[in-house]
Amino acid sequence: MRYLPLTEADRHQMLASIGVSSVDELFRDVPQAARRSGPVEGLPNFAGELEVERQLSAMAAKNVAVGSVPSFVGCGAYKHHVPATVDYMVQRGEFLTAYTPYQPEISQGTLQVLFEFQTQVALLTGMDVANASMYDGATSCAEAVMMANRLTRRKKAILSGGLHPHYRDTTTTDARFIGFEAVAMPAAPRGGEDLVSLIDADTSCVVVQNPDVFGHVRDYTDLAQMCQTKGALLIVVVTEAVSLGLLTPPGEMGADIVAAEGQSLGNALNFGGPYVGLFAVKEKYVRQMPGRLCGQTVDADGRRGFVLTLSTREQHIRREKATSNICTNAGLCALAFSIHLSLLGEEGFTKLARINHVKAVQLADRLSGVKGVEVVNETFFNEFTVTLPRAAAGVVEELAKRRILAGVPASRLFPNGKNGGQLEDHLILAATETTTESDMDALVKALSEVL
Amino acid sequence: MTMNSQGRPSTPAGADTAIPETVTGNRGLQIEEALIFEQDSPGRCGVDLPEVPATPMRLGAVKPRARVGLPGLSEPQVVRHYTRLSQKNYSIDTGLYPLGSCTMKHNPRLNEKMARLPGFADVHPLQPESTVQGALELMDALAHWLKTLTGMPAVTLAPAAGAHGEMAGMMAIRAALDHRGEAGRTRVLVPESAHGTNPATAAALGFSVDPIPAGPDGRVDLAAMTAKLGPDVAGIMLTNPNTCGLFERDIRAIADAVHGAGGYFYCDGANFNAIVGRVKPADLGIDAMHINLHKTFSTPHGGGGPGSGPVVFSEALAPFVPVPYVVHDSNGFRLVEGNGQGTAFGRMKAFHGQMGMFVRALAYILSHGADGLWQASGDAVLNANYVMARLQDTLTASFEGPCMHECLFDDRFLKGTGVTTLDIAKALIDEGFHPMTMYFPLVVHGALLIEPTETESKAGLDQFVLALKSLAVRAKEGDVAYFQGAPRLTPRRRLDETAAARKPVLRWTPAAEPALAAE
Repeated sequence: MRYLPLTEADRHQMLASIGVSSVDELFRDVPQAARRSGPVEGLPNFAGELEVERQLSAMAAKNVAVGSVPSFVGCGAYKHHVPATVDYMVQRGEFLTAYTPYQPEISQGTLQVLFEFQTQVALLTGMDVANASMYDGATSCAEAVMMANRLTRRKKAILSGGLHPHYRDTTTTDARFIGFEAVAMPAAPRGGEDLVSLIDADTSCVVVQNPDVFGHVRDYTDLAQMCQTKGALLIVVVTEAVSLGLLTPPGEMGADIVAAEGQSLGNALNFGGPYVGLFAVKEKYVRQMPGRLCGQTVDADGRRGFVLTLSTREQHIRREKATSNICTNAGLCALAFSIHLSLLGEEGFTKLARINHVKAVQLADRLSGVKGVEVVNETFFNEFTVTLPRAAAGVVEELAKRRILAGVPASRLFPNGKNGGQLEDHLILAATETTTESDMDALVKALSEVL
Repeated sequence: MTMNSQGRPSTPAGADTAIPETVTGNRGLQIEEALIFEQDSPGRCGVDLPEVPATPMRLGAVKPRARVGLPGLSEPQVVRHYTRLSQKNYSIDTGLYPLGSCTMKHNPRLNEKMARLPGFADVHPLQPESTVQGALELMDALAHWLKTLTGMPAVTLAPAAGAHGEMAGMMAIRAALDHRGEAGRTRVLVPESAHGTNPATAAALGFSVDPIPAGPDGRVDLAAMTAKLGPDVAGIMLTNPNTCGLFERDIRAIADAVHGAGGYFYCDGANFNAIVGRVKPADLGIDAMHINLHKTFSTPHGGGGPGSGPVVFSEALAPFVPVPYVVHDSNGFRLVEGNGQGTAFGRMKAFHGQMGMFVRALAYILSHGADGLWQASGDAVLNANYVMARLQDTLTASFEGPCMHECLFDDRFLKGTGVTTLDIAKALIDEGFHPMTMYFPLVVHGALLIEPTETESKAGLDQFVLALKSLAVRAKEGDVAYFQGAPRLTPRRRLDETAAARKPVLRWTPAAEPALAAE
């Protein structure tokens, strides 16, 4: 077996050093009844690379890769072009195969990356500080709510109807099991919800998304002020990080916590994971932050260096008194995010955001010319909602047969009767820098034919 | 005098060979690297993008952003930056990484190649199911093998990491208890040797944590544990093999006692790599167990994630799994996504789980096969016992063997020397090894927890043993200054962690502005 360096001769010598006659003897503390008599039945024996490649490639070939067809699928995960440098650097073994940087003297690479990542996230979100990443945007959102509960000593979160339903559900799962209240507003495809009047003396936070799941962009400055007046925190969720290159950032609107998904930068779609959660806060809340933090310090020779810090918040020190049970972050995805953003820089990132917006404007204009299609949004970044004359799910299926991925039917995210439902005819479409004229042509043509 | 191939002396007589202070601060291959923010030149860009057509924006009241503040670098600068940074990291590709309970084994590159196939990497989680049948098939295949390897009837692939898996498992236990109408069961027993995530998870979910002391043999004290059982006990969270590297011999009795008292048995499966393919957790009385794919199934740790923490469930807990999960019928594979169906709960994160990690784990399982997994866990245990045997006469083993995949020593061998476990670890760095896990588990003093894994050769282990033994001898000889000054040969010497925590500097700020510090 190619991954195992021990030879039979080694094994014999080693058993002799230990003073036993077989490896089985080393398992003698395992109850006999739980020990298998031999290798697992049903699983074939070891296989060479070629054989494994064949098996997995056969599965991969059954999927329609987004890059191979016109695709307008978004809703929290976006197809962007990732420069070749990113995946090359991420695969350097010194990054790929290192553990959490517990020994900082020999982990300065990972640590400096995290310090730079934290700075980039703080800049993007317009916040004071950011942590070293979370599992994904949805878990960031749930952790943000729990952090707001700790900070305000209140236990009710108000979740906007424009919040991605997966983020809502992740938060309500924690609400159920951890013991707080999460008031989820009905789906709001056209906005217009009154969140302010719901804020009461028990409200720890209001959670809004920008752009929201239907694509609308909003200025939350007034809401931030109302929250502050009523002693609640404003949490702003961002599922499309590229939007931060064009829109006023949440920090400037007065957000207390930003919970975001960073997949759009540096990371592949990966059928939903792994992604990278971003988490940024106002400076005064740092010590209640969940997750890992990297900080600057000096070494014994007085040279600048970096370490994991404020770990007195964390489970391996605090055990049952920790701010969160989180152990890992999304290190490698954070690295990919950071490299992509380093390549883009100020000029590239802001330009990329504008290109995304322009593509979406073009797409919206094209679609509004299709009979039966109504563009719902007056405002959007690179994603918007349309209504169709019939159920969107069926239309999407039909177009999939023509090898066009037409977007996300709202009914997939908001099943009937749940949190508003009644969105069968709503379709959410995204355009990015990867969307071409011919992609739009194909979509418009196919829609005109099936509607 | 050594000679190079052309016969010239490589070191002329009389040369000064002391290590110099260099003008640049660089030291040969170790190159000092500024932050990206310190390499900024406005207008420079590492990506070429087309010009943006002038189109009226649709941003409503939201103002276009004036400036983000990101630095401008070219592509070669970026490549050099991250290459230089990578060279300041130790990694499993570099050498032995015997971090106990963290399981740093070889990460096969085939797995990376497979995860990058466009059919897996370039697939959107919300595409129509008809266009992702292969992705769902892969999830189903991994689920099948995880159930087969553990003997457990149900599995969720949703959790994003081991600690997230603990959450899923303990939520399932809470849901099952509530379903039984036993909301009053709020106490969870957790051995003192447990990973910090165990008590943190239980406490986060509103359980009270009741610690169980370790017996003199490093295992759960069965009598002490049984005495703590009662009608308010929700269950036990037990790591097996435990963090002392020992198999809990009484595990069946523990499971029976907990079940008899109406509780559930959560097993922390972080150390499943010791027994995979050889022992069926189902036969141990377990109700839920998470599996860290990055430990047992070699997905890369990436400097701290991403992880993936599937959880297997017993028949009793199977109805209480989180969504989404994959089902298979005559129409092919399908995702069950909505919650509120029956007793399932969730969701726990966006989308369907860490797909990229699933591909790697399945590639690992198929590559090893039944005989390879049998050999892998056997070699992992053999390597750990070999290290334990070789170090027995120099270091102080905390408990009698055999151990499983890791061996535990404490700092009694350093008594009176003035040298600490931390000092030994730092000196080991200069010898070219990543240190073992230090000061964990908490049940012994000054713990040194060594986990070699099955992907280390005997020669590599012999060199490690030699280094550790000679350090132990040096410590006993009283060379305290040597240890306290270590490491000396690293990109950085010991770092001041106290200063970092007292006045946190968590981001770069332009020199003109005062550094940002938390209150």
